[in-house]
Order: sequence, then structure tokens, then C-alpha cells
Amino acid sequence: MATFGRACLILGLAVALYGIAASVHGARSGRRDWVVSGRRAVYALAGLATVAFVVLEIAFLRSDFRYEVVATHSSTTTPLFYKVAAPWSSQEGSLLLWVFMLSIWSSLVLFLTRRRLREVAPWATAVLLGFGAFFCALLVFLESPFDELPATPVEGTGLNPLLRHPSMMIHPPMLYSGYTLFAVPFAFAVGALLTRRVDAEWIRSTRRFALGAWLALGVGILLGARWSYSELGWGGYWAWDPVENASLMPWLTGTAFIHSIMIQERRGMLKVWNASLVLATGVLAILGTFLVRSGILDSIHAFGASTLGIPFVSLIAVMIAGSVALVVSRREALRSEHKLDSLLSREAVFLGNNLVLVGLCAVIFWGTFFPLISEAITGDRASVGPPWFNRYTVPLALVLVFLSGLGPLIAWRRASAAGARRNLLGPALVGVAAAVASVALGAGSSPPTVAMMGFGAFVLAGVTQEFWRGAGARRAMSDDGPARAVVSLVRRNRRRYGGYVVHAGMALLFIGIAASSALQDTQDANLRPGQSMRSGDYEVRYVRPTSSITTTSDGRLERVNFGAVLDVRREGKHVTTLEPSRAFFPSTAVDEFGPVGRFFEGEATSEVGLKAGVLRDVWSAMTPDIDALKPMIDEGDKVFTRFAQDGNVTQTARSEALAQILVAITERYRRSPPPTTFRVITSPLVAWIWIGALVIFVGGAIALWPGGDSVRRRARAGYKARVARDLGSAEEREPVSATS
Amino acid sequence: MDPSRKRRVRLVVALTVALLLAGALVYTTFSAASPERIPSQLSDAQPGQSYKLGGRVVAGSIRRERDAMTFEVQDPKGPAKVPVSYTGSVPDPFREGREVIVTVQREGSTFVGERDSLVTKCPSKFQSETPS
Repeated sequence: MATFGRACLILGLAVALYGIAASVHGARSGRRDWVVSGRRAVYALAGLATVAFVVLEIAFLRSDFRYEVVATHSSTTTPLFYKVAAPWSSQEGSLLLWVFMLSIWSSLVLFLTRRRLREVAPWATAVLLGFGAFFCALLVFLESPFDELPATPVEGTGLNPLLRHPSMMIHPPMLYSGYTLFAVPFAFAVGALLTRRVDAEWIRSTRRFALGAWLALGVGILLGARWSYSELGWGGYWAWDPVENASLMPWLTGTAFIHSIMIQERRGMLKVWNASLVLATGVLAILGTFLVRSGILDSIHAFGASTLGIPFVSLIAVMIAGSVALVVSRREALRSEHKLDSLLSREAVFLGNNLVLVGLCAVIFWGTFFPLISEAITGDRASVGPPWFNRYTVPLALVLVFLSGLGPLIAWRRASAAGARRNLLGPALVGVAAAVASVALGAGSSPPTVAMMGFGAFVLAGVTQEFWRGAGARRAMSDDGPARAVVSLVRRNRRRYGGYVVHAGMALLFIGIAASSALQDTQDANLRPGQSMRSGDYEVRYVRPTSSITTTSDGRLERVNFGAVLDVRREGKHVTTLEPSRAFFPSTAVDEFGPVGRFFEGEATSEVGLKAGVLRDVWSAMTPDIDALKPMIDEGDKVFTRFAQDGNVTQTARSEALAQILVAITERYRRSPPPTTFRVITSPLVAWIWIGALVIFVGGAIALWPGGDSVRRRARAGYKARVARDLGSAEEREPVSATS
Repeated sequence: MDPSRKRRVRLVVALTVALLLAGALVYTTFSAASPERIPSQLSDAQPGQSYKLGGRVVAGSIRRERDAMTFEVQDPKGPAKVPVSYTGSVPDPFREGREVIVTVQREGSTFVGERDSLVTKCPSKFQSETPS
């Protein structure tokens, strides 16, 4: 099977190279048959990548340790759910996932545009296949997922325990979907620039892909944040880690892009800007993939030593040089069809939002790459931390949230002062009231938080007002109830109202970030049972220790858990009971540690004890000082070794003896628990980050849902038909019915 | 003022503002950044200056006290080591022998870690060593 998988990848590389040649030849000579053949090469690549990916998945599911990548990233004790997700925990598997997703999205977009964009699509095909060929080549020549070990090991090392979280199934694929989906608008932009067909058609055809990329990347980032908050014994959700930043940068330029393309679609403006944005987003998406793989910057996410640096740097250099050359050489074709009419217009607000988003991206880029920049300039590698990032990103985020509230309330082209006043007054008053209320509730110590509360409320009120007025107008025209009116309003214009829902979600998310980061109280203390600590208004008492042993479904020992029961009180009244724990997974270095000791020398993960609430989360994690158990663990090793030396002892008896020793240790832990370090965090409104994320997801899904445009077209056609009938001009009906 | 001239003036003003902001960003970054060091390069460390210290946690050096933790950090390839006193969250993969990065300031003969700045560089997080 390994040979078959490798053959698929080699064939995929060949097909991709052929497809590039066929598409370029077809585009230059105008021969459709070559163009069609190039497109079919993409479908073929998708088929081959799918087969290769399935072969790898099967190897993981069957725990086929002949494959090096399976032996190093899975084991027979890895639960089934995580066997499915384990391929992308490896460098090779995630590159394969990349090609697989890229080829699927490419096939989809080329299938949907097969009768449109006849000039642009062949070049876009070539670019997409270029990416496909690049990643196939990496998989064939440098990081083969189908390498076999000379001798098949009995057991693998297992999936790293830190990755055993339900998010592992969806967080990496979401991010990769985002990165690969951004390749689609990138490729079509290159095609449009090459053929000088820079009107809005390529944008319209790939808009959903840009929106899908934006949503997938955004949801992927938020899932990662949630994972960090609920699994790592740290209690934060964002650390300005280079790999986090790498995923945020294309998301920011992508956000700018999905706003500014509306101006190009409506007014034929900002063509240079849009082309530059989408090209930059494509480059940043590849850069994001590269940062995770190369290890050039210190990050907790980085893969181990890698050979991929030079190929990736070369690809990025080619992309940047090509993008700059294209935009500069096509600047005449990219000339704007209109000028900005007024600074009090939605275009101007969009432009402002674009500048802020690109500014944010530039700041994050500078901070992320500063170690490399400072090394190049001063010869001394230096880096900046979260306070530096916060200093610049907080004010920019405030402006951004304000603009996201302002945009929907301002008319296109030129808003009248009276109209603006009428639209803005209500939301502005709500915003001011929210800011005052937040000061009264104790947020006064942090002016940015107060401002964010005000701006967030302004956005929410503005969105509510838009829905209210829109639904009111619908109700005036029909006899729908309020709920029906809102549904039909959204159905008629999914993109617009989906967008408003996203804005509301963003406002909630930023309110959550502002309140939880400025007003949280983090306390660490080393306690023995019966002792207490305080965090915020809460008194947390360590009541008693807990311990257990977890076995896999077939009865093998998986991990040892040490936990604690915490009683949480506020003003003397019981609020909740938290049960944080720490799981100890056995080390895979069997020779280095004793059979018992290895259970306490491997990876340990925190299981967070969390009481989530809409107003406040109480979060807890613990780290027991297991050094106190060391004498007993050493004794256990000695006893077990003596026992196992007897040649007549069966494997079952050994396992039972080991289990008994571990049970004795866990009982000892409960009887005389060692001092334990607790971290307790009280964090106001942090739940709104996740609620906001859900709202964003719903809004994005509304905007993306297929058919929105046709409903709108039908509605428009129906309206035109009615007007035509009313005017008595029956001949108007012909073209109308043709559009529906 | 004719419209094209007005636009040019606006463009110049906008570009100047952008350049000034970028200049301020560049300037403050150099003063706010912490140089990256390994233990052997910390002999001339200045008190009050933050350093991003990278290295390996010395086996047997981890001591946990009531609120703080002390350990020694050694050059990845060399004998030089420095003592670090640290408070705050300890990442799950923190172990003896692992590579860590921690932001520190010199206080007398020891180095005091900035709260919550400890990061563990874990080679096996995604890429395990060869199976045993």
C-alpha cells in the first residue's frame, strides 16, 4: 500500500506539471481542448490526492507501524477518534492534507466557472496547479508520508497527549481550509491581471471562496483560542505566538479584501488595492504554512527540525516578485472608474477599515518577524512580547470596531448630514450609555475597555436598528409577522444581513476580549487540603485530592490522573465545585525510566476545572508536586522488577502487578497528598468571545449559503415583472423571465 | 485649489503620517525588544534590562517553593548555566532536559523570570523522536 500511496503522489506531481503546461498552452493559443485538458488535470490531482490521503488514513486506523509516520504519531492505545486526526499531527500528513484540500477547492471553483471567465480561468488553473505541484514535490522528494521503517516496531509512540482534544479533529483542517481556499482568489487575481481582464467578474466568481476562506480561517483561529483556554494549564486564549500571528495576518488582509471588493463591484474603484490585497493574502497564507513548518521563529507550535525552509522561501520570493511585477505592469488597466465622492460615504468608511486592517497586519508582521529583522540590522536577535503587541493592536482594534458599526449606517456614494444623523443618533446614544454603565460596573480602571464597551454596544445597536427598519419596511409591504419579516429580509439579501450578523458577533467577541483581558484576576498559590486562596470576589478552598487510572477500551493503562476538589464560595455562599486534574501519560522512552516511573516522566496535561457563565468564568488548573511521591515510585519500580524477573510470570500477571502498584500510588496520593500549585482565574465576560464566535459562524454561513444571489435575482425579476405589468408593457416580460 | 492638486496634497499628507507612524513603530520596537540570549552570553547582563533566555533545563535543578519555582538553564551545547527564579504558569510540557525560553532580568546573582513568560520548546510536540 505504501508503494501505491507514493505512486499516487508521483502521478499527482506529473499530472500537475502536465496541467500547468496544458493550461498555459491553451491560454496562449486559445485552444479550448488544451484548456479543458488542463482543468481535468486538476480533477485528476484531486482524485490522486484523495486516494493518497485515504491510504494514509487507513494506515493510521490499522496502526500499520511499517509506516514511519504512523509509528511516530500513533499507537495501538491511541483512541480511534485520535487515530483519525493523527495524520495531521505529523509534518508529512499535514502537507498531504494541504494538497488534498487545495485540489478539492480548485476542482470546485474550476467546475463552477467552467463556462465563465474563459480567458482568466486557464491561467488560474496553472497557478493552482503550481501550488499543487509544489506541495506534491515536497511530499515526493523531501517529506514522504509513505516512508517505511526497516523493521516494523510492535508499538508506536502514540499521538502526543497535548493534542488529544476534540479540537484536534477540526482546528487544523479548518486552518488548512482557510489557507488553501485563499489560494483560489489569489490564482484568479493572477489570471485576471495576466489577461488584463480586471473588471469585477473574477471577483464575483471567487467571492464565495474568499468568504469561505475568511470564515474557515477565522473559525479555525477561534477554535485554537478555545482549545488553549480549556486545555492548557495557562488560562489564556491568545499569546501573540508567531504561529498564531501567522494565521491572523492573512485573515486581516482577507477581511479587508472581502470589504473592499464590494467597492470594486459597485463602483469600479480600488482595483490596484484589491489586486494587491488578494495577492498579499495569498502570500501571507503560504507564509503562515511556512512558519509552522520551518521553525525559523521560536514558537510552541513549531514542528521539529525541518528541511522545508529553502523551498518555501523560494516559493514566497517567487510569489512576491510575481505579484509586484503584475500589479506594476498592469497599473494602467487597474485605473479606477470613479473617484471617491465624499468622505461621508460607505466607501470612505470601507477605505478606513481597510487601512486599519492593513495597519494591524503590518504591526503584527513587524512584531512577529522582529527577531529576524533585528538580527539582520544589529546582528543581535531580539524579540517583542505581548505588551508590545497590545500597545499597538488595542487602539487599532478600537477604531476597527467603531468603523464596523459606522459602515452599515452610512449610505453609499454620499451620505447627507441629516440622513447620517438620523441613522447614527440611536446607536451612538446606546454606545455612550454602555460606556457609562461599564464605568459604573467597575471597568473605569481600564479606559480601552470602557471605549470597547461603548463601541461594541454602538455596533450592536446599529445592527439591531438595521434589522428593525428592514423588517419594518417588509411588514409595511406584506402582512408578515415580525419573525417572518426578519427571515424573509435575510433571505432576500443574505450577503448584506449575513454580514451584519458577523459584525454583531465581532462586537460581542471584542467586548469579551476587552473585559476578560483587562479585568481578569489570576492567582497562583501552593495549597494543602483545607487551605484556601482568593481570586476576585471568590474564595476557593482545596477540599480533598482525587486520583484515578484511565485504561483504554482494551484494558491497557493509558494514564494516571491526580486531581482536586475545590469548593468555590462568594460572600460565604457556595457557588460551585471545581475539579481540575492533571493527567500523566507514560513516557515512551522505556529504557530510560522504570516501568512504574515512566508513568510520571512522560507528558502531563492539565484538565481544567471550569465554571463558565455569561457574566464570569471561574477557571482552575492544578499541578501537584509529585516529587513527594518519588520514593514510592522508586520502590514500585524495584518491586515490579523483582517480580518480573521470575521467568514463569505471564504477561497478564505482569500487567496486573503494574496496575496494582499504580493503584497503590494513587491511593497514597489520596491519603497523604503532596502540596499542589493551583491557578485560579476569574474572568468577566470571557464567554462572550465564544458566543461571538458562534454568531460570526452563523452570520458567515448565512452570507455563504448557496442560492442567495438567485433568490435576490428572482425577487428583482419578480418586482420588475410587476412594474412591467403595471405599466402595461407586456414585451418587458421576455428578458425578465430569462434572468430568473 | 483644483481637484487634482487637492488630491496630491492629501496623498502627501497621508503618506507623511504613515511614514511618521511607521518610524515611531520602528523606534519603539528597538527600545522595547528583549535581546535573545543563552546562559553563556549573560555574563555581562545589566540589571533592569529584560533578556529572552533560551536553553535547556538542568536535570535535578527544579525546586518548587510555595509560590515560586527555581531551576537552572544551561546552554543547549555547552556547560554554562544560570539560576532562574520564576512565578506564574508552567507549560504542560515543562520537564528537566527540555528546551525552554523565559524572559528574565538580572537580580544579583540570580535571574528573575517575568510572570507567565515561560515557554517550553518541545521537539516532540508534533514530531516525536524515533520510536523505541
